[in-house]
Amino acid sequence: MVMDIVFDKVGYTYQKGTPFQSRALYDIDLMIKEGSYTAIVGHTGSGKSTLLQHLNALRKPTEGTVTIGDRVITSETENKNLKGLRKKVGIVFQFPESQLFDETVAKDIAFGPKNFGASEEEGREIAERMLPLVGLDESFLETSPFDLSGGQMRRVAIAGVLAMKPDVLVLDEPTAGLDPKGRREIMDMFYRLHKEQGLTIVLVTHQMDDVAYYADHMIVLEKGTVMKEGDPREIFRDADWLKSKQLGVPSAVEFANQIQKQFGWSFSTLPLTTDELAREMKPFLLQKEAERQ
Amino acid sequence: MMDKLIFGRYIPGDSFVHRLDPRAKLLGAIFYIVIIFLANNWATYAVLALFAFTAIYLSGINRRFFFNGIRPLIWLILFTVVLQVLFTSGETVYLSLGPIVISQEGIINGIFIFVRFVLIIFMSTLLTLTTMPLSLTDAIEYLLRPFKLVKLPVHEIALMLSIALRFVPTLMDETEKIMNAQRARGVDFGEGSVFQQMKAIVPLLIPLFVSSFNRAEELATAMEARGYQGGEGRSKYRVLHWGRNDTLVMVAFAVLAAALFFLRT
Repeated sequence: MVMDIVFDKVGYTYQKGTPFQSRALYDIDLMIKEGSYTAIVGHTGSGKSTLLQHLNALRKPTEGTVTIGDRVITSETENKNLKGLRKKVGIVFQFPESQLFDETVAKDIAFGPKNFGASEEEGREIAERMLPLVGLDESFLETSPFDLSGGQMRRVAIAGVLAMKPDVLVLDEPTAGLDPKGRREIMDMFYRLHKEQGLTIVLVTHQMDDVAYYADHMIVLEKGTVMKEGDPREIFRDADWLKSKQLGVPSAVEFANQIQKQFGWSFSTLPLTTDELAREMKPFLLQKEAERQ
Repeated sequence: MMDKLIFGRYIPGDSFVHRLDPRAKLLGAIFYIVIIFLANNWATYAVLALFAFTAIYLSGINRRFFFNGIRPLIWLILFTVVLQVLFTSGETVYLSLGPIVISQEGIINGIFIFVRFVLIIFMSTLLTLTTMPLSLTDAIEYLLRPFKLVKLPVHEIALMLSIALRFVPTLMDETEKIMNAQRARGVDFGEGSVFQQMKAIVPLLIPLFVSSFNRAEELATAMEARGYQGGEGRSKYRVLHWGRNDTLVMVAFAVLAAALFFLRT
């Protein structure tokens, strides 16, 4: 079965029908293809978090329909029998370490799988397999999660979501507050899972560099609706538009734009990553060298 | 669920009731709840109801909020009313089945108790809807001042109250966040047997405790970093001001009490 996620005219209003009602999302049409790496960007309050909770029916749209694989979710959908869906779409929330609660790391990682029917031994086995994946060794299995450092807690919490073996992994700023090395390791780990196991990934982030490095599809949200959707390279081309939406561009693009502006140069393809930038700089440097001689 | 909680919610406004000194409102509400027990016939309840509805009218707040305030307590109220109706003996008995007696007096008593509950809820809802929680704690601090003589840590009590009130919404957000995270890991809250439901609470409570303790420590550090050292010699940003209207309201309450004494049988 194909695990595409499709939003059709989705709207969501908080506290509908009360004086405190506020509209968080409206008129959202989008598609997250199976096997894609989609980045959702938008500045604070653009509705990213609300949108994300629709991806596994933690919230149901007040208007329109969300189709997740073969399940259709509308405002009328009952809260029962959503467990299957939750297993297929795993969410790593912002600061996921706040979800840790069990006595040992092993038990906490096995919590999800056990809720979905795994036995005690299976849970244990899964925990043993998940730890190295997030860069921790087996010695942590019997430690209390509350004795770990912040970065280690984050890794254990992520392992707890990966342990459910989801088809789609939703990440809400998974590296916020981590040091640069930890960030890189965790983001590379997600990318490996995406490449090697075909895991569909939805990344909500403010880090345009992460979008540039990893995503093949990009959705820009503003004030509760989709402003642009498409190939990141296309969207990053319009730096002024992104800035007007209080968003930025990846640092490689920023640098390339400065080169174009200050030296009247134009790149044949817009470089998104530092690798690409270095490659694209070659003709520019060669020409400058020639001019000097 | 969390969205619908009305208790303790302040609705900004500039009505007569909003502008009253929080001390007057707090004293008035307490006084009202005490004197409501003087009422024992139709006339006295009618006077009390009239008073409450006038106050609600003067606040300019939609009546719906007050009826919503009753909703969470409706079962408790009905339970008490049913007990009254079923077990009060009296002169005019309609039905008698063993210990169960339905009498005219029982029914009337039931109605009175219902009205009493509703009026108490209305008045306390009116107090919280029209008074900022912080003003309310200021009022409590002021009114508790005499107890300083017996070494009651009044400032600390008021501070604890205002911190507690301040963190209610934060804690609710946190609860929702953790609930979502655990639901995403396959927990069903509010489903299954009582035992299963109790088990489902553990993964919610432990993270909540942990984050609350962390937050308390951070808050204490943040307060000390900004030079907080208790209430000694501390001035206030919001100074309470007792005006003529406040005195008038106190007089109105006194008149209400006098009327009740006069009308009760």
